Amino acid sequence: MTGFLLEAAQVLLALALAPGLVGLIRWMKARLQNRRGAPVRQPYLELRKLFRKEVVLSTNASWIFRAAPFVVFASTVAVGFLVPLLAVPLPFDEVGDLLVVVYLLLLGTFFLALAGLDPGSAFGGMGSSREMTVAALAEPTLAVAIFALALGAGSTNLGQIVGRTMADPLAAVSPGHLLAFAALFIVMLAETGRLPVDNPATHLELTMIHEAMVLEYSGRYLALIEWAAALKLLIFFALLGNLFVPWGVAATLTPTALSLAVGALLVKLVVLAAAVAIFETRVAKLRLFRVPELLSASFVLALLAVTSSFLLR
Amino acid sequence: MTSDLAIAHLLLGLTVFAYVGGALAALSVRGAAGRALTAIGAVAGSLATLALGLWSLGAGVTPTLALPVLPFSGLALRVDGLSAFFLVVVGVAGVAVGAYGFGYSAHYEGRYSLRLLGVTLNLLLLSLAIQVTADNALTFLMTWEMMSVAAYVLVLTEHDQGGTVRAANWYLGVTHAGFAALVAAFLLLSAGDPTTSFEAMRAASLSPGARDAVFALALLGFSAKAGIVPLHVWLPMAHPVAPSHVSALMSGVVIKMGVYGLLRVTLDLLGGGPAWWGGVVLGAGAISALLGVLYALMEHDLKRLLAYHSVENVGIIFIGIGAGLMSQSYGLPGLALLGFVAALYHTLNHACFKGLLFLGAGSVLQATHTRNMEELGGLIKRMPRTALFFLVGSAAISALPPLNGFASEWLVFQALLGGAAIPRPEVALVMPIAVAMLALTSGLAVACFVKAFGITFLALPRSTAAENAREAPPSMQVGMLMLAILCIALGLGASLVVPALGGALAGLGGLPAVPIGFSLEMPLRVSGTVGEMSPVLVAAGLLLLGGITWIALRLLADRRLRVGETWGCGRFGQTPRMEYTATAFAEPLRRVFAEVYRPTQDLSIDFHPASRYFVESIEYRSAIHPWFEQALYTPVLRLLRGAAHRVRRLQAGSLHLYLTYMTIVLVVLLIVARWPR
Amino acid sequence: MRAGTNALLFAKILKLGLATEPLGPGDEGLLHLARSVEERTLRLLGRAVAIREVDAGSCNGCEIEITGLTSPVYDAARFGIHFVASPRHADLLLVTGPVTRNMEIPLRKTYEATPDPKLVVAVGDCARTCGVFQSSYAIVGSVDAVVPVDVFVAGCPPEPADILRGILAALDRLPKR
Repeated sequence: MTGFLLEAAQVLLALALAPGLVGLIRWMKARLQNRRGAPVRQPYLELRKLFRKEVVLSTNASWIFRAAPFVVFASTVAVGFLVPLLAVPLPFDEVGDLLVVVYLLLLGTFFLALAGLDPGSAFGGMGSSREMTVAALAEPTLAVAIFALALGAGSTNLGQIVGRTMADPLAAVSPGHLLAFAALFIVMLAETGRLPVDNPATHLELTMIHEAMVLEYSGRYLALIEWAAALKLLIFFALLGNLFVPWGVAATLTPTALSLAVGALLVKLVVLAAAVAIFETRVAKLRLFRVPELLSASFVLALLAVTSSFLLR
Repeated sequence: MTSDLAIAHLLLGLTVFAYVGGALAALSVRGAAGRALTAIGAVAGSLATLALGLWSLGAGVTPTLALPVLPFSGLALRVDGLSAFFLVVVGVAGVAVGAYGFGYSAHYEGRYSLRLLGVTLNLLLLSLAIQVTADNALTFLMTWEMMSVAAYVLVLTEHDQGGTVRAANWYLGVTHAGFAALVAAFLLLSAGDPTTSFEAMRAASLSPGARDAVFALALLGFSAKAGIVPLHVWLPMAHPVAPSHVSALMSGVVIKMGVYGLLRVTLDLLGGGPAWWGGVVLGAGAISALLGVLYALMEHDLKRLLAYHSVENVGIIFIGIGAGLMSQSYGLPGLALLGFVAALYHTLNHACFKGLLFLGAGSVLQATHTRNMEELGGLIKRMPRTALFFLVGSAAISALPPLNGFASEWLVFQALLGGAAIPRPEVALVMPIAVAMLALTSGLAVACFVKAFGITFLALPRSTAAENAREAPPSMQVGMLMLAILCIALGLGASLVVPALGGALAGLGGLPAVPIGFSLEMPLRVSGTVGEMSPVLVAAGLLLLGGITWIALRLLADRRLRVGETWGCGRFGQTPRMEYTATAFAEPLRRVFAEVYRPTQDLSIDFHPASRYFVESIEYRSAIHPWFEQALYTPVLRLLRGAAHRVRRLQAGSLHLYLTYMTIVLVVLLIVARWPR
Repeated sequence: MRAGTNALLFAKILKLGLATEPLGPGDEGLLHLARSVEERTLRLLGRAVAIREVDAGSCNGCEIEITGLTSPVYDAARFGIHFVASPRHADLLLVTGPVTRNMEIPLRKTYEATPDPKLVVAVGDCARTCGVFQSSYAIVGSVDAVVPVDVFVAGCPPEPADILRGILAALDRLPKR
């Protein structure tokens, strides 16, 4: 029973923290641009405003367009139940492994891409096409990085991967682990639409990927999509943080361990947010047809991770 | 045991009776009644086939059937686990295709021969059902040929359409090249006597060289049927021109006979082999999967796109078989079982979702008279049910949870991840590369089905044909509905399906009856590298969360909704020409994979006669011809044509010459027959 | 990429510090304005104002000033004001210039595409009087001849602070929630 309460608490925590994480990255980037910037709580206010606004629906849109925000949101939240944020093992650990996480996120992308095509606008189609291109090319890296992690843990289950690294701290600095981390970091940038793959702050339709798909959304539907996108970012951060640096994740369900876990999670999120903010300050957006090169580089990193795991076994 | 045999005989008898009855009805009754009787025969026969397969799987019996009704001696049938599983595949697809065919063939009335269509469809189903129960080389090869010829005639249905005859000839050519390889393989296996039972073949001890030769020939022959690259050329030609329910049957079941045959020969009759067998199958599968989906992405003909996806999915099935064979050769029977189970599961799943997609494409084709996606669009409002069914099929083939495609691809992934346990690192390194190719394949498949569904069904119609489309008739909807429900049920019921498949394979080629090291239930629990997953709970979670979100929005959020024009930066009015096309959608990937596609491009610009600064028209053409097909088949075809020219001299038109030939042949035959052994 | 580029870049960022006009002692007018913008956007739109800019035919003088709003000096983002790419995401339309014939329908469509509650702020003298383009054959008229305008911001071009004031005045017109 406590396990299920923990699951619910962890998802609510993730939902609550996700907009703040986006706000934190924006604030850090503003400071790095010598701006005062919007406060960290800004995304919460934007979500609240969107939930209170009217929806304008295209005449061409079908039920797919209205269903997509719910599919995107539900699938992302479902992933939130599977990823160990605070404690291992979770009661839902056996509901889905790392592959399920990847494909559930792909389910959201599938429906969002269809929704981009639905109103028949050229921008939406362009966004869908690009988003699916990037998503498809990121798949091999994801799968091979999963392979590298599973090789060490003997399972694709998230709980076991976390538990194994906790039991054997030296594994965290093994070459396989470090290379897989680098590969997943690049894929995270691509999957969550960050620079240098996509610019979340762009206003120019022709440079958009994710934004172009959701140009047609408004009001509460937009709020759901934005919230899900923030949650996806948090989930990727949590995966990077907890799979590779699992310390702080509670192995027992005591109040001390759990509060320590919350603290550790916050620290990891802030560190990764800072890394992303600094990286985004430094790099420019890549031309669309240079993105595959970046993703192949990440794929090579992932393959090297597996190879070194094999050789050092 | 006797009662078991009686049940098996009864069900088999029903199968034969219904199919033959359907064929006879097609011959004798005309019009709607004839179509109905044909469909009833096909559905009833398929139900009996399905019942035989399910009963045999459920009861765990392997009846050897005597055939007193058939006048041939030398035919032998036996239903074991593998046969029973494929009987289920044939039955499932047959029921849906039979029902759908009633409505679909209506528009053939008066244009094409419904008699021929009805007869050959029922005969094809019959030959498929017999095929998978064949217990000696003669039966196997005879039904194989019957199946090939029946499919050939079915492909020729719309014989006056462009490309049909050519496609059918290609199919016949490739499939007969494969047949020759199979005859050779079975002659090697049976030591020259075609009535040698499979039981004797299992017991026979062949030399390693002969075993390798049998494997190579069988792989060649069965790959030609299954559509493994580079023997896939007939698929994208034949599937689009065949009637859509025939395409569904061919893609869902007929090409799976290649899978059945490969498993029967390599796993059952040969009992597995060295690791390189698995490696070759795995490599062929991975290459087929990737090339299949890459060419599918560039296709704008809806049915050709689906045909290329059949190449992809057969590739995925072969990946599973290859991983299984490799694990088996390294003494990991539990893992091998996982690979084979994944392959079988994907076989059944592919029969369901690809059947469904071809039926959906058929409905679109019948409603709009075009397969060109660039002329479609907006059909979700005109054909809402077909659209929903097609969406289910698209999500399933894209391996999205919690549908069936995901369950089986997840198992294939797990079989490959488990391959890391192979004790030789340089061999085990094949596995992550296969994982990467499979992952890229499935990612591209998602992109491709966003295109296939999005361009065909969403946005504004791109032609008047699409604008005036009407929903398919009820019988066609029923066929699609059945397969759509199965796509969902086979996904959710993974924890029931997987152990049943494990049971079907138990005992073949020394596979364990009880899996070693893990339980074959979802979630898989294992000692090796395998994870856990529960599709039912994932589905329940998704529904619950979606529902909660919906209710929360209704209660808490603003509920105002206004319908307005699509935002297009304020441009005047929206036309379908502003929409993204299928070509445009796939353009980024075409550029990324330009090395593979090597597209030909042709740009011609007409300038105004007065000034080059004014353009009157721009014409841009781009085409993709699979270059490796040309490189491979052009020399072969040239050789064949040259040989044919030389052989033609024999046919001089002189009766005396022909009589001489006959005499010579007769004399030679007599000498051969009387030659002392 | 030269080695040390990163060091140079981040050293410069650190040396410059905050370029944004502070909310401490300084220009009393701007300070007061900033405070009230913050307070009222919070009250009225949940402190999140999404703006879609429409150039209905301006000489781009106003655009330069509007761009100034997002510069480190004015940094409208600190008040929760940000620019968006689609009117579907917007709460407020910032329209500049006399409305030319070609931009009449696009402007109207942009207005229709924006979900309620929405505001229109017309920026610059041209937007109200058509400025030097008055009686040109190429224009339809002022912005309020095409869409309902909540607030006009005078100036040719108006300063960013004036534009902020205009946005603030428009927010006052929203019905209280």
